[in-house]
Amino acid sequence: MKILVCVSKTPDTTAKISFSSDGSAFNSAGVQFIMNPYDEWYALVRALELTEADGGTVTIINVGPADNDQIIRKGLAIGANDAVRVNAEPQSAMFIAKQIADYARAQNFDIIFTGKESIDYNASEVGAMIAEYLDVPFVSYGNKLEMSGNTATISRDVEGGSEVVEVATPFVVSASKGMAEQRIPNMRGIMMAKTKPLTVVEPTGFDDLAVAVHYQLPPEKGGVKLVDPENMEELVRLLHEDAKVI
Amino acid sequence: MVLVFAESPKGKFKKIALEAVTYGKKTAEALGTSCVALTVGNNVENAGQLGVYGASKVYNINDASLNTLDSQVLTKVIAEAAAQLGAKIIILSHTSTGKSLLGRLAVRLNAGSVPGVNALPDLSGGFKVKKSVYSGKAVATFQIKSDIKVLSLMGNAIRPDASGSAVSVENLSVNVPAAKVTVKEIKTVEGTVPLPEAEIVVSAGRGMKGPENWGIIEELADVLGATTACSRPVADAGWRPHHEHVGQTGIAIRPNLYIAVGISGAIQHLAGVNNSKTIVVINKDPEAPFFKAADYGVVGDAFEVVPRLTAALKQFKAG
Repeated sequence: MKILVCVSKTPDTTAKISFSSDGSAFNSAGVQFIMNPYDEWYALVRALELTEADGGTVTIINVGPADNDQIIRKGLAIGANDAVRVNAEPQSAMFIAKQIADYARAQNFDIIFTGKESIDYNASEVGAMIAEYLDVPFVSYGNKLEMSGNTATISRDVEGGSEVVEVATPFVVSASKGMAEQRIPNMRGIMMAKTKPLTVVEPTGFDDLAVAVHYQLPPEKGGVKLVDPENMEELVRLLHEDAKVI
Repeated sequence: MVLVFAESPKGKFKKIALEAVTYGKKTAEALGTSCVALTVGNNVENAGQLGVYGASKVYNINDASLNTLDSQVLTKVIAEAAAQLGAKIIILSHTSTGKSLLGRLAVRLNAGSVPGVNALPDLSGGFKVKKSVYSGKAVATFQIKSDIKVLSLMGNAIRPDASGSAVSVENLSVNVPAAKVTVKEIKTVEGTVPLPEAEIVVSAGRGMKGPENWGIIEELADVLGATTACSRPVADAGWRPHHEHVGQTGIAIRPNLYIAVGISGAIQHLAGVNNSKTIVVINKDPEAPFFKAADYGVVGDAFEVVPRLTAALKQFKAG
């Protein structure tokens, strides 16, 4: 089994989000960056479990600048065999997907994993885009994946429950919670990661079609109005007359 | 032309499909063009009613294999329909289907795409749309530069406008390839509004102390016609099903009213719910961080306050 896991770098889940005063750029001062949790906890770990059970290799790929080598090394420490970084500062999901597809096309991966979304743009687009570039099936929001020969049985999150599907390799799958359990890299893994191959390739040309041009914080709440716990009639009145939501 | 793909799971339109049609109509009006709707499957009920919500015409691809949706097949089908009709803007619903489709369709049509838009496009200087980013902690404006554009509309972002009238439905003939993904089983809860579409959500957390205490939450939800949700620790502990988990790692929602009971309000929880129009927090701890994000707060014991609120609502509904 030859597996590719796409990983991205995102601000930590508890990071305070702010932007430059003109709203044109993310303010990274004081922000800690991590591997996107869906990529690390679920996609990467399930990929490793599959190759541990049946043999094969796990390659991780990231599209980003040299700073990202830190999170790529973490992926190698958790257990990936090797890594590829496409050396670019991506401006759109489609750019990222095209770079990954251009790399993957000649490599004949059986499975390409992504996280269900990155926690910065929450777009959930890259997996679908890679699948279309490669014209292979895409199964999104997988919470369980079992292989039998070259056929995968995948349970996926849908509104109000789940759906079980079958698909043969090659395919792209996005991983959500439940797919695997987070692994903490051990010292041996961290040492070995330093010598594992990390190949840097240059991007192929692409003109972005949709780009973020401005960022803002949501409007501040006006402050909480406290209601007497003995007087729920008053809360009902406020919800009806002031908030007009019931 | 604006083309809206109106999903019809089990042959029926949900509110989020009607919202997409109204969004398509308003976008088309602003651009001085028309809005048509596309439905697929051989089981679509009352497709013509999409005219009520703004479609000037409905096209249906009458093929039983499209009753369940696969992104690879559907991408080819919608792309071909868009080409036949000359559509330049394609609107999807931001559902598990729409999200799986959007990126594929964008690649196939060489179109700029923005998922989960929450307001009508700003046409003053190009084509700009807004979406929530950083798990609800910020809003980004995206500019789409391509001729063809693909958007998916977040649930509850606009209200369906039922001011039109039913229109005719025409069959559209496109090549439907065989799906490589086979659906074996669908395990969904029937009879409740899915969380992303719910207008009122009643959510509870660890403050409920155990799954056996959820009765008062369900009673409150019942009287409001609300969908129930929960915090991450509650889903992790198996007190409630995973599909009820709202927050950064669960489902992001934007109901009109979100009532949080016994949830402290960790930043990851707030990220998934802070687009709610009105937030009510019930917690016995006055220092719970959730109060800072709330519109209305009740400091008190949930086991006393919630039944009291349910009784007050019953009286209100009866009155």
